[in-house]
Amino acid sequence: MRRRKPYLLAVAGALVLAATACGADDSPSTAGSAGGSAAQTITYWASNQGTSLENDKEVLRPELDRFTKETGITVNLEVVPWADLLNRILAATTSGKGPDVVNIGNTWSASLQATGAFVPWDDALLKTLGGKERFLGPSLAATGAPGQPPTAVPIYGMTYGLFYNKKMFEEAGIDKPPATWDELIADGKKLTKDGRWGLAVEGASVSENAHHAFIFGRQHGAELFDASGKPHFDSDQETRAIKQYLDLMAVHKIVNPSNAEYANGTEAVQDFVSGKAGMLMWQSIATQLKQAGWSEDDYGLAPIPLPDPSQGGEQVNAMVAGINLAVFKTAANTDGALKFAQFMTSRQTQQNLNKAYGSLPTVTDAYDDPAFESETVKTFQQILSTTAAPLPQVAQESQFETLVGNAMNQLFADVASGKPVTQEAVKAKLTEANQQMGG
Amino acid sequence: MVVSTTSRPGAGRRPASPGGPPPPGGLRRGIADRVPARLRRLALPYLLILPAVLLELLVHLVPMVIGIGMSFLKLTQFFLRNWSAAPSAGLGNYRVAVDFDGAVGRSLLHSFLVTVAFTVLTVGLSWLLGICGAVLMQGSFRGRAVLRALFLVPYALPVYAGVITWSFLLQRDSGLVNHVLVDQLHLFGERPFWLIGSNSFVSLIVVCVWRSWPFAFLVLMAGLQNISDDLYEAAAIDGAGWGRRLRAVTLPMLRPVNQVLVLVLFLWTFNDFNTPYVLFGKSAPHEADLISIHIYQSSFVTWNFGSGSAMSVLLLLFLLLVTAVYLVATSRRRSDA
Repeated sequence: MRRRKPYLLAVAGALVLAATACGADDSPSTAGSAGGSAAQTITYWASNQGTSLENDKEVLRPELDRFTKETGITVNLEVVPWADLLNRILAATTSGKGPDVVNIGNTWSASLQATGAFVPWDDALLKTLGGKERFLGPSLAATGAPGQPPTAVPIYGMTYGLFYNKKMFEEAGIDKPPATWDELIADGKKLTKDGRWGLAVEGASVSENAHHAFIFGRQHGAELFDASGKPHFDSDQETRAIKQYLDLMAVHKIVNPSNAEYANGTEAVQDFVSGKAGMLMWQSIATQLKQAGWSEDDYGLAPIPLPDPSQGGEQVNAMVAGINLAVFKTAANTDGALKFAQFMTSRQTQQNLNKAYGSLPTVTDAYDDPAFESETVKTFQQILSTTAAPLPQVAQESQFETLVGNAMNQLFADVASGKPVTQEAVKAKLTEANQQMGG
Repeated sequence: MVVSTTSRPGAGRRPASPGGPPPPGGLRRGIADRVPARLRRLALPYLLILPAVLLELLVHLVPMVIGIGMSFLKLTQFFLRNWSAAPSAGLGNYRVAVDFDGAVGRSLLHSFLVTVAFTVLTVGLSWLLGICGAVLMQGSFRGRAVLRALFLVPYALPVYAGVITWSFLLQRDSGLVNHVLVDQLHLFGERPFWLIGSNSFVSLIVVCVWRSWPFAFLVLMAGLQNISDDLYEAAAIDGAGWGRRLRAVTLPMLRPVNQVLVLVLFLWTFNDFNTPYVLFGKSAPHEADLISIHIYQSSFVTWNFGSGSAMSVLLLLFLLLVTAVYLVATSRRRSDA
């Protein structure tokens, strides 16, 4: 009699286990619906636009409350750091379990479009947002491959500009921001002294490096992908472009070698805001400037110098950056998600959020707010509408960012540790990155 | 009391008839009574471990099999939502991974060699520190318990907290390491980098040893408890000094412990993902490009999950091979002795 008990226990244990295993297999169809109140709830993954995840929650919360008031739909907000966002989206795509709505970096648009995870915004659906015409051209161009319906709608417009510290410029006897590369280097040298540096770069940030590789590549006339979509990362033009960027640290010594360690996307901004560096090539840093108590008397924004037109290349000095909003096909509450997209692109929300983040509204009717009349916003707007180019809208775009960004991380590390980085060394690294794209 | 108690009576015997779990109806008392008592007795150990085996299958083996399956697919972003639609790659992913003339294979080989060097150094240093600590703290003295607890702190800390602190310490401009080495001891003229460039390999080893030596210390300390004092006394009577006692008594008696410890440390260190990931972020420096991060890069970051899986399978095969060779070699030597 004593023996039967463990015997039965073991069988029971195995059965329970088998039952739970089966149970887990049955559930995907209902997963994500979050109980009975699904119709009244959506889950939103926001990207980190402010100084911290907490800061983003503070900025977004009043808007989300307004949405709940208008529609009765509660929004479960999660702010996902940039380092995790793409992985989280990929995991959600693979498993079919994820949020209803998500923010994406607009350079990923075509790559994520290729996964088929997001609801395509055909003309009929775009009509619910007021139609294609309502959106700014450049921002709308960065929502997916040309010829296909976009799978995301732009919500924050951004681009690159050259921030400069007015006080440091004055002390160094510089009266206006640099307009050419030679001036930028000369100004940088004047600013570099007493532990301060001319320019700050995020030298170990894959995405920052990749963005600069694209911008300067275009200045030199490089095409990263040819018409058939084949990658050409190691062209002579691209090599020269990247060398020019690295030389700011290697040859001209206007960038602190320590910047080669900066990886998390905030340290270069911190150097600029704390006066350790006089210039910064960056997207909007409104929240950081506000937190540091800076006003437009303290800093200025100018376009990044354009190349000399006689040297060929293109008159490009920025990329069309920004944040798009995408709705998962697997959304538990698609109606709610689409309503949320309407809300996020509405005039009022566009004004409130873009004001808070210092980014540009992506819809034309939001510009009547005086907040968008500031020098900084006007300069950004000017750059975005004239000399900014969208990153290649091809499915392999995110691989380009990773591979070339990584190659540049290593090149910056070599420069910082005093190794000579030649044209050939740059080209070899780019060739390696190109080969890793495979077939 | 010797630690190795691998074979238990009965564990080697097989049930008389192909039994397995009886049908679910067997739970009912009547049927259970009808199963012969002998069979029931023989089946009991198997039934007892059945839940564990099933869980093991579910948690470990199923993902592994799926991973092996993935390695034969051309699984890129186009097929993420529906894996079954991914075209077969045959052995293509493997061919790319071991083609050492191509960029992918060459970098995999580089990463593999870096990992081997890193693992050998880390395991060696961890073991050395562990045995030193354990032997020195064998005798009792005032404050031994406190010191012992202190030594175990790195092992008890969450990986992230420990390693992120190291990454702050190792920063070039504001890190404590450079402050001490450069500003106070004036050992370097120029502030060295610790997180990028060739020094990153050293940093990685230091941090990993810091993390894993307490485990070696803990296990060896436990092993030392099992060595009888009689042996030391006998050795002392024979005139053996401290060093001789260490070589003739302590180390041979620790042999079974060491056999397991070195293997476990090797596998953990070789596969370590957390430490390099927290220390360097997504893109490790070339000089410290450990294979776990490398595979992660190849699959997650470049969205080629088939290729990443193929590399993982190769890694698995390598580790299985090393483990098998190691176990055969060490147990043969033991039976020779």
